[in-house]
Amino acid sequence: MVVVVVPLVLSFLLFWIYPIAAAFVNSFTDWQGFVGTRPFVGLENYARAAADPIFRQSLLNTFVFVAISLPTGIASALVLALLVNAAGRMKEIFRVIYFLPVVSSTIATAFVWRYLFQPQLGIFNQILQFLHLPAQRWLLSPDQALACVALYAIWQGLGYTMVLFMAGLTTIDSSYYDAAKVDGAGKWQVFRKVTLPLLRPTFAFVLVTNVINGLQIFAPIYVMTASGMTSGESPPGGPANSTMVIVVYQWLMAFRELQLGYGAAMGVILLFIILALTLLQLRWLRTRWDY
Amino acid sequence: MTTEVQSVSKPAQPFASSRKKSRLGLLWLLLAIGAIPMLLPFYWMVVTAFKPAEEILRLPVTWWPANPTLKHWIDAFRVANFGRYFLNSVFVSVTITAANLLTSAMAGYLFAKFQFRGRDLLFVFVLSGIMIPFYVPLIPLYGLMVKLNWDNTYWAVIIPSLYSPLGIFLMRQFIHSIPNELIDAARVDGANEFAIFFRVILPLCTPALAALGIFALTLNWNDFLWPFLALDSPSLWTLPVGLARLRGRFGTDYGLVMAAATITVLPLLLFFFAAQKRFIEGITLTGTKG
Repeated sequence: MVVVVVPLVLSFLLFWIYPIAAAFVNSFTDWQGFVGTRPFVGLENYARAAADPIFRQSLLNTFVFVAISLPTGIASALVLALLVNAAGRMKEIFRVIYFLPVVSSTIATAFVWRYLFQPQLGIFNQILQFLHLPAQRWLLSPDQALACVALYAIWQGLGYTMVLFMAGLTTIDSSYYDAAKVDGAGKWQVFRKVTLPLLRPTFAFVLVTNVINGLQIFAPIYVMTASGMTSGESPPGGPANSTMVIVVYQWLMAFRELQLGYGAAMGVILLFIILALTLLQLRWLRTRWDY
Repeated sequence: MTTEVQSVSKPAQPFASSRKKSRLGLLWLLLAIGAIPMLLPFYWMVVTAFKPAEEILRLPVTWWPANPTLKHWIDAFRVANFGRYFLNSVFVSVTITAANLLTSAMAGYLFAKFQFRGRDLLFVFVLSGIMIPFYVPLIPLYGLMVKLNWDNTYWAVIIPSLYSPLGIFLMRQFIHSIPNELIDAARVDGANEFAIFFRVILPLCTPALAALGIFALTLNWNDFLWPFLALDSPSLWTLPVGLARLRGRFGTDYGLVMAAATITVLPLLLFFFAAQKRFIEGITLTGTKG
């Protein structure tokens, strides 16, 4: 057993624990370039982040993105789960259809959505034109771009959350529904007083994982907002930084500007935001629903 | 009897059957309308890939290719080298998935059935792998790859992914429920630890391993950020990396990009259609999508 365990533990320490520890240490250094020295600068990177208007913008954008995509995504997934669950013979088929984006590569589907949003050739403006509505600039508009990405993210994640809710619904014992019916409860009342409270564990899981994933959105923004994909004329996060989120900015700073210490500090900040929000949610869910 | 049980297990609805039927029809209609935006991007991806360039740029858009062409598909394989990316993707994702299954089962067995010093601390570290976002170790990990001269090799992609914290956690939970008597009986029969693991534990883990395997395969097939960072040479790119790099190399050739996107998505989708129940189980059982 030792032959197997020791390499496993060593590689775990080297490729997971060490880089995490190093991220904390490096966030206190002015590390520039992967082979460069790492002079200690104390809290300078954190002070820089606090004063950096683009980082502050990226924080705000990240929260706005979560605030747009999360409630809409969860609510529609719940409605969908209830509907698909009641679909009888067609249940499996609809479940598969709504689940397709979950299995598909983000890069591929984000490219397709970018094309759908394209102002001249994209379908969305074609449909608006057909309905005699004014064409929109979508991803090219600083006011709409983040909402466009959020719409894509809802489309992509809907099936996953729906299936989680469907799994949660099957754990509710039918005797609760029978009892409610005997008591003369209407459909809406059954939903509010029986289904919703008994879905509590599913809600907690969905909420926490969705927030954690939403705070780390990267690939869709990378694909949908950069104009030159690699050596790039215009980097992701535009237009006018309107879709700049924490990890996109971290990626730009670290791997394009080679400000590695600063990038590491942003990673640490992200970690603390995620930890704080997760604890807050778990606490809120407990006080809200435990009685 | 069976129908009786089924009708009880669902919230029974007090409606006459004809009314019930029309309500079901309405529900199907509603769900079918909702399915349109889910399917439209896939439809548009495939249809565009068959349109000649002039037709893609012509207005108004055509909903069905007027002059279908295979040019973009041929270009994707001949010019953009997507055949190579496909083989690379198969190699990388299958290797990592196989390694994940083995290491998760072994580590899971270890955490579930053995007492050793530092076990609980080590397990906390493993759990940290589930909670801590990859963006925290990302930069130092890349620095480490540079130091080891592993950047731009498959070592960088495969070695740090050999074990999956989520996989270890799930296998520990699963193996924990296997009765100790089975293991003890094998031990009394003189089996060594390897024999117990491969002959007793592993066969019992088949359902958990199937779910974990599907989850890991999906995750690694679609994985983007790390392979994108670690692999510079086009000969090493996986499908998502090749696709992301496509725009920089070929500009806005929508036909080619849509053909390449289809090639990226299709293999896993075929697999999904073949085993959709297990897929949905596997992906939801194991939590987050990367």
